[in-house]
Amino acid sequence: MEHHEFFISTVFNRYIANPIAERLGFHPHHDALPPHLVMVILISLGLIIFALVVRRRFSVERPGGIQQFLELLTEGILSLGQDIIGSHPRRFFPLLGGLFLYILTGNLLGLFPGFMSPTSNLNVTASCGVIVFLYYNYVGFRENGFWKYMAHFAGPSLVIAPLLFVIEIISHCARPFSLSVRLFGNIFAEELILQTLNSLFPFLISLPVMGLALFASTVQAFIFIVLTMVYLGGALEHSHEEADE
Amino acid sequence: MMRKCVLLLISLGIISLFVGPVLAQEGAAEPARSLEVHWLAIAMGIAAAGCGIAQSRAVAGGCEGVSRNPGAVDTIRFFIILGLAFIEFLALLTFVVILILA
Repeated sequence: MEHHEFFISTVFNRYIANPIAERLGFHPHHDALPPHLVMVILISLGLIIFALVVRRRFSVERPGGIQQFLELLTEGILSLGQDIIGSHPRRFFPLLGGLFLYILTGNLLGLFPGFMSPTSNLNVTASCGVIVFLYYNYVGFRENGFWKYMAHFAGPSLVIAPLLFVIEIISHCARPFSLSVRLFGNIFAEELILQTLNSLFPFLISLPVMGLALFASTVQAFIFIVLTMVYLGGALEHSHEEADE
Repeated sequence: MMRKCVLLLISLGIISLFVGPVLAQEGAAEPARSLEVHWLAIAMGIAAAGCGIAQSRAVAGGCEGVSRNPGAVDTIRFFIILGLAFIEFLALLTFVVILILA
């Protein structure tokens, strides 16, 4: 794989990251931070600042474009959560909404020249996947108690419990892997296609591919949070069963 | 009849992939010619073919469901997108394995 120089990465490293690193005592030969880390920092800080700034402009009577878009997003995620998780989707809304905006912004920023998608790096997507894995297990443990949650791996009957326990553990451990590799593979493949096409025919040919990339980026972010909701619903379903009885 | 012809051609094509080393063993009767193939590219092609077949079936089922019950468009759309992403993931796993091996 060739190592591309990204404008945003060189600018950030030259003016912000390298001076900080030198003050801390490191002496980086080249860039202190790899480009995906630069993009992660920019996106995280950018989303936080955006959220804080936009809060003041919300109004009930005359919502602007941004407010309408965010309300659409919120309502969509809450209604989907109601369908899938079953109850109190608002409890998980910070995670779901935050992940969706983070992944969507990460995917889409790669289409701009000079930027890269942080999600085209396996480390970034693995961080999202591992967070989801830890969080849904934590929710399961807290809602159901430690032994009940472990017991639900054993399945309905006691006869096949040893085998089913192993199978369930393996399939649960495959979940963060599949979440992260799915997102990584899609976005990395899309970036690779764009790089290849741009090296062959500079401007026009890559436009339809970018259109496809817009759609695929949104779908991948959506699929990520739908699967998060499914896993959360699976972790919570036993407390639902008891609540119904 | 048509189907048998297609199957015959495909099997001949697959067999012809293995011809290379066999020819090399026959001796100096013909000039040395290596028929090296990129197995990784073939693996990706097989994965893409399987993915294409499966996704076409998923979308076909979805379209038929919408045609039978136009009111269920939103639900079916959701299932189509979800199913396509899962099927795509398998082809993508092959791609990632190829990246790792190459």
